[in-house]
Amino acid sequence: MHIPDGYLSPITAGTMYVVSTPFWIVAVQHVRKALTRRTVPALALFSAFAFIVMMFNIPLPGGTTGHAVGGTLLAIVLGPWTAVIGVSVVLAIQALLFGDGGLIAFGANCFNMAVVLPWVGYFIYKVISGNSDIASKRRLVGAVVGSYIGIVVASVVAGIELGVQPALFHAADGTPLYAPYGLDVALPTMAIGHLAIAGPVEAIVTGLVFFYLQKSQSSLLAKTEEPRKEGKLWIVWSAALVVLAFATPLGLLAAGTAWGEWGVGELKDTLGYVPKGLESMAGFWKAPIPDYSVPGLGNVPGYIISALIGLVIIGVLVWLLARWISHKKSSGQKPSVKGGSAV
Amino acid sequence: MKGKSFLAGNISSFTQALESMVVTEDLCRAPGLLQGLDPRVKVITLVLFIILVGLAQSLPILILIFIFAFVCVILSKIPHVHFLKRLFIFIPLFTAVIAIPALFITPGVPLLSLAGRTIITEQGARTAGFLIMRVVDSLSLGLLLVLTTPWTKLLAALRWLRLPSLIVAVLGMTYRYIFLLLHTTNAMFLARRSRIIGGFRGGENRRWLGRALVTAMMKSQYLSEEVYLAMLSRGYQGEVYILSDLTMRRRDYLWAAFSVVAALLILGCTYL
Repeated sequence: MHIPDGYLSPITAGTMYVVSTPFWIVAVQHVRKALTRRTVPALALFSAFAFIVMMFNIPLPGGTTGHAVGGTLLAIVLGPWTAVIGVSVVLAIQALLFGDGGLIAFGANCFNMAVVLPWVGYFIYKVISGNSDIASKRRLVGAVVGSYIGIVVASVVAGIELGVQPALFHAADGTPLYAPYGLDVALPTMAIGHLAIAGPVEAIVTGLVFFYLQKSQSSLLAKTEEPRKEGKLWIVWSAALVVLAFATPLGLLAAGTAWGEWGVGELKDTLGYVPKGLESMAGFWKAPIPDYSVPGLGNVPGYIISALIGLVIIGVLVWLLARWISHKKSSGQKPSVKGGSAV
Repeated sequence: MKGKSFLAGNISSFTQALESMVVTEDLCRAPGLLQGLDPRVKVITLVLFIILVGLAQSLPILILIFIFAFVCVILSKIPHVHFLKRLFIFIPLFTAVIAIPALFITPGVPLLSLAGRTIITEQGARTAGFLIMRVVDSLSLGLLLVLTTPWTKLLAALRWLRLPSLIVAVLGMTYRYIFLLLHTTNAMFLARRSRIIGGFRGGENRRWLGRALVTAMMKSQYLSEEVYLAMLSRGYQGEVYILSDLTMRRRDYLWAAFSVVAALLILGCTYL
């Protein structure tokens, strides 16, 4: 996900620096307060560890290998603000020392991997684990699901940054100046790659380390738990989601269709023609609820119901995944003694 | 994946990272054009050039910038092979995955037709060319900075550019402890490898990896406490002071002037 220089226009790259800066400032203040004089050595060693995590080749089921980012893991063990600094420091060293990730794209890379990834992962971990015991299965599931969703969301954000380039920056004759693919290509490419490979790698690393930390170093995990009462946090967030679902008809007020989500007819109106390939593919997939409207209902209730159905489906999928993972972990992973310890 | 090749793969990537860090340190100390410049001037001008690479909108200018970068490589006595190797580790991946499809799918004026069908469009060729040259140029300029500036000097320059001293100190120490942790984890993998014949299945490897990662984490945790105590015993009070003996010389001013003129020329060619 390391975006090199040359893919983003300097304007986008500069914007992403501006977007990331407040996170860096708040993170430095937070970390300074939390770690006091220990800040410098602690952060340095944590960052060095994060660097090592990114170096590891993780064997995936099926024979391929991949690298993890470890952002969610750091956020869970050290707190999300520390993770922001830790991952940023690692990205800086990778960019400056190994040419991995661009210098002017550094702001964008940090936003994706050091801000979005740990925060999304940490948030989902918190929502799933709730008030449960440090050693509980629920927390393990939270860590696994959180890290998976965290990296996928981060890749989608990166896909958006890359995908808006051709529409915003092109020469007079239409030649894209930077990343050449629009959202229609960039988004699915990034998302599929991360859903299929990088996501599982991240989930495996986070799950494994979390599992062993639960077994042997639960005091470390407990340290970052703030003694705040947030037991019913998930109810607040579910309520927020439902409110959002009810607010979806607001989208009807906006003129036109979401960028990139044109139907064939709308494309013809806008472009004057329908790309051949698209026309032949248009009938390939019929959504169960076409255009987010339920037959027989008006526009607005149809939208609300569609949104709620979508929420329920996603909720059930996540729940099933969580169950499946926790089941697998409890049945398949007896602590192995014969493997020996490291070194 | 067999256990042995998994271990060997990790050991070789750790070793490569260590080697590349050591080689970089060596190159930075060689006498050459860019090594002799003030790091502040180097950081500002090379980043300026990378931004220009982003702003330039013609292929000849992008090619010219690459030639300029390569001349700097020669004058800075950076071994060409090493430079090109580091440059082209990244390029084949990009060209294959990103740039080549753009040749064929970008709509526009036909450039190459086969049996009456447009294969490559002019726009496609230009967009692929832009992408490749931009990545090559930016990476070359970035490598020039990295390969000619010792890490400590680079950090002194960043401090001068108002990066908080806390961050500068963390960057400096992280760099130092990456060496140590790389050595440590490398030793863990070597130890594992020396104890097995044949290999393990993926699942067992992953479990071992989990334990290895937790061990590395605990080691770094323990080490950070030790380092903190060592700092305390040397009078550390929570404030970081960064020594800097940076001085501007005549060649620094000359280089800065040259860069500004070049930048203005490129901008003039692009936007006038």
